[in-house]
Amino acid sequence: MELLIFYPLAGLCIVFALGVIINNSPVNSAMSLIGMMLGLAGIFILQQAHFIAVLQIIIYAGAIMVLFMFVIMLLNLKDKGEDDKWKSRDRNILMNFLGGLLALGVLYKIIDTINADDFSSPAIPPETFGTVREVGTILFTEFVLPFEVASVLLLVAMIGAVVLAKSKVD
Amino acid sequence: MNLEIVPTTHYLFLSAILFVIGVTGVLIKRNAIVVFMSIEIMLNAVNISLIAFDRYLNLHDGQVFSFMVMCVAAAEVSVGLAIIISLFRNKPTTNLDEFNIMKS
Repeated sequence: MELLIFYPLAGLCIVFALGVIINNSPVNSAMSLIGMMLGLAGIFILQQAHFIAVLQIIIYAGAIMVLFMFVIMLLNLKDKGEDDKWKSRDRNILMNFLGGLLALGVLYKIIDTINADDFSSPAIPPETFGTVREVGTILFTEFVLPFEVASVLLLVAMIGAVVLAKSKVD
Repeated sequence: MNLEIVPTTHYLFLSAILFVIGVTGVLIKRNAIVVFMSIEIMLNAVNISLIAFDRYLNLHDGQVFSFMVMCVAAAEVSVGLAIIISLFRNKPTTNLDEFNIMKS
């Protein structure tokens, strides 16, 4: 039964991810990315990670994508014809070919590695697996130091963004 | 194959495919903002793997780690977009091929 839910969701994610890199306009790419984030939230729910699924919607589909849309609107990027077309970079056809070869090679190697191991179906998890209580307990006991460091990281990122985007006129 | 539960390999395949799509986006796109979106796709692909193994081993460590990945992604996007805005002030374009000010 889970497979019937998994395949449409996975297909949706892949189609939207391809939409991000095939679309010419950055706004359409951002919309595709929102679709992919929502599909991934569904996949996280399928994996019993409810807390991460909700965070995925709030942080990625909410905050980060709003930031992207805000910057796209702020910069007023138009379709400048050839500028963002999905095509080879000028004078770099060899490099493009090598890059594509590299990407396919990485995909082949990853799939080969996955196939080499036998990951049978996972065990049935306990009833409370992946709830906010379980994840929160481990987050505030075993991983409390990384959690605090993450808050410092976000503070530094906020200060850095303000300093970088500040107008030169002081 | 048990039809009730999705095998872990399926999640790993999905993760690999999404990661390669992200790599391709970084390699072929010339718009800085779309390159950032491709980086987000790669981070999300890694999150799928983390949570798949977390589910496979019945631990919660993978979920905590993907939470940290989300924190880093948020920090990276805010700083990166600020860099794009300050670059846009110098030269009104987001085409990555036109930024060669570091080339002596």
